[in-house]
Amino acid sequence: METPRLQRLPSSAREKILKTLKLAQDMGAETATLPGSDVAETVVEYARNHNLSKVMLGRDKTRAFAPWRSGYADRIAQRAPELDITQIVRDEGAGARSSANGEPARLERIAWTGYLVSAGVCVLTTFAASALQPLFELANIVMMFLLAVVLIAVRLGRGPAVLAAFLNVAAFDFFFVPPRFSFTVNDFQYLLTFAVMLAVALITGQLAAGLKYQARVAMNRELRARALYEMSRELSAALLLDQIAEIAARFVEGSFRAKVALLLADEHDRLNFPVARSQVPVDAGIAQWAFDHAEAAGAGTGTLPGSPVLYVPLKAPMRTRGVLAVQPSGTRWLLIPEQRRQLDTFATLIAIAIERVHYVDIAQLTTVQIESERLRNSLLSALSHDLRTPLTALVGLAEYLTLVKPELSGEQREVATAIRDEARRMTALVNNLLDMGRLQSGEVKLNRQWQPLEEVVGAALAQAKPLLGGHEVQVQLDPALPFLEFDAVLLERVLFNILENAHKYTPPGSVIRLSAQLRETFIDVVIEDSGPGLPEGMEEEIFKKFTRGRKESATPGVGLGLAVCRAIVEAHRGSIRAEKSALGGARFVFSLPLGNPPALDENTVPGSLRDNR
Amino acid sequence: MTTHKPALLLIKDERQIRRFVRSVLESEGWQVFEAESLRRARVEIGTRNPALLILDLGLPDGDGVRFIRELRDWSAMPVLVLSARAREQDKISALDAGADDYLVKPFGTGELLARVRAILRRLDKARAQEESKLEFGAVCVDLSLRRVLREGELLRLTPLEYRLLTFLIAHAGKVLTHQQLLTGVWGQARAENYPSLRVFMTRLRQKLEREPSRPQYLLTEIGVGYRFVTDPVDDAVPQA
Repeated sequence: METPRLQRLPSSAREKILKTLKLAQDMGAETATLPGSDVAETVVEYARNHNLSKVMLGRDKTRAFAPWRSGYADRIAQRAPELDITQIVRDEGAGARSSANGEPARLERIAWTGYLVSAGVCVLTTFAASALQPLFELANIVMMFLLAVVLIAVRLGRGPAVLAAFLNVAAFDFFFVPPRFSFTVNDFQYLLTFAVMLAVALITGQLAAGLKYQARVAMNRELRARALYEMSRELSAALLLDQIAEIAARFVEGSFRAKVALLLADEHDRLNFPVARSQVPVDAGIAQWAFDHAEAAGAGTGTLPGSPVLYVPLKAPMRTRGVLAVQPSGTRWLLIPEQRRQLDTFATLIAIAIERVHYVDIAQLTTVQIESERLRNSLLSALSHDLRTPLTALVGLAEYLTLVKPELSGEQREVATAIRDEARRMTALVNNLLDMGRLQSGEVKLNRQWQPLEEVVGAALAQAKPLLGGHEVQVQLDPALPFLEFDAVLLERVLFNILENAHKYTPPGSVIRLSAQLRETFIDVVIEDSGPGLPEGMEEEIFKKFTRGRKESATPGVGLGLAVCRAIVEAHRGSIRAEKSALGGARFVFSLPLGNPPALDENTVPGSLRDNR
Repeated sequence: MTTHKPALLLIKDERQIRRFVRSVLESEGWQVFEAESLRRARVEIGTRNPALLILDLGLPDGDGVRFIRELRDWSAMPVLVLSARAREQDKISALDAGADDYLVKPFGTGELLARVRAILRRLDKARAQEESKLEFGAVCVDLSLRRVLREGELLRLTPLEYRLLTFLIAHAGKVLTHQQLLTGVWGQARAENYPSLRVFMTRLRQKLEREPSRPQYLLTEIGVGYRFVTDPVDDAVPQA
């Protein structure tokens, strides 16, 4: 509670309150500092606004001198019968101890000058009053003294006002009430005048000081609110990170008289440190800690409070965006929860602004990507149609040439066959190119289904059959291999491409062996041959686009087949590699993850006709 | 084969491809009519009453699949579909709509002729008396006695396996989509049942095929379904 009384407390007591609040915050409590002059009323209002049902208070001290004044608990209970109130024991001993070593604060020195001024004003008032005394009644002179007290209360606060009240009563008695220049009072009536004068002076002084304090609190609040308002307005207009950093620095420096550095995180969750311009001695370790834990660290916090800099994480809705490093002129204000909350709010505003800028960037990037994707897709489908259609005609017409009557001569027939073969090769190349394009553009959606490896191997071998006529193909597949989840069409391409490679790079009569083994959570599919093998050191290179084992070799191809294989296998979260085979030639191994095949319970086989086995 | 020239309607918008298909089929003794659009095709079907339709799925003036469905409402005329590679869904839709077979572009004369012959042979067989006995490889299926022999020995098949086998035999030579198989054998087709179909197919292969990973009769049409062939040599599909 921020009541007028708070201001009257010695600074050590205030600090104690702040420390208690801090402790509560550290233990997970949410604290609030409320302005108001009536504790009970403000507490009740806050509790109602926030749907709180329990209030816990320090036990009221028994008031020996004012038994008619009820304690906070009673007053709250009166106002809000629906609240549960718990009273707890006050720890008086600790309070007394800590206040014993309270330091003489600067504030008190300022107060002494106030008392001096107050006394001076009283003297002046007395002079003025004595000048006017012949012209006015004593009753009007009293008014002047009261006016002086009110003015002092307004200007200097409560203490000097109290002093002035007493001084003025004394001066009035001494200088004006007959017999003059003596504290003796002849007329008994003046005693009442003194009492009323003193009471009025004290009460008006009190009220004026309280009002002034409330006004100051309100002004501070308004300043904070205005700072927040202006900062959020400026941040909402910011489009660049630099702008945000500048706005953040300006506002935090303005509101807290602190130096500021804004540390932003990159996509790998590492903070970037501003190199030269920062005036804040940033400690990278603490900053990173604050970022990683999304918790404030450094001065005024529970973590490394010895550091002169406070690190506030910039928490945005999606993730932490960075850290605000604040070096305050003094660490005391960091303990004030209101100030910390203000700073945290600043941090949140900055974080949201950074996130917004981030997403603006992403949105722009995405738009560009979508555009280029669309362009690429339309290009691909146009290519796909426009290249294949003439190729189909070319292949067909070349083949037809070999069928026409009268039959072609041997040489003509050879040419026709060559045209057909080249057209077919061109088709294969176009297919690989288009596959690669589609796989890389992410256009291909895997049609993953649970199925046996055997089927796709069978289909690939059937497709490669015309190629592998001269080779000895061995297949070793354990019938007990589990089902795998894959896109059969794409996996067939992988197998076919590898088999086609084996056909291209091994002499007729070579052995090609296809097998599969379980290995932990993968199935390794191995295709090896007894050919000449891969050139040394090319085991990884050959999977790159447009790379071939032997440059400029007589074997046709552009080196896309294996790149397509890799793209497909990796789309299945698998891996592919090439190595030397025990058969002497090349050995290609691709691994596919096992996953969790669906339970194929014989009893739940669909349909009315159950399989009874 | 029939002695008179059978008529065939080729629906395709590419002139060069039409020309080569026409030349090849004419050299095989077909009478080929052409249509470059579905609208024209409807007219041609009405006037020519062809024995076979070759239909490209990617025609500019309409959906080939819907055309097949329409046709199936009133005619059992065999349809061979030409489809682009990597468009499995198109093939499946066309087959489910009632197409008899498909050819992937680019295709050679050998493939084209093999498919056309296979379709016609199946039709001839269907018209001929139902055979009660069927032999392929070392396997002999006796449909009247409901038993299957392999190398003279009785094979134990479960009722469901037998039912799947007879369904395949009944549609020998034709590509059957997963959905057609599930509906035909199990009575219902849902995507989550595909794995059980595959389990039964694998078992059938292990019982009937000499080398299940290199099947000769129970072929997998990758991404589409299965095809049962009784004469692997003749139906062999030479491909790129």
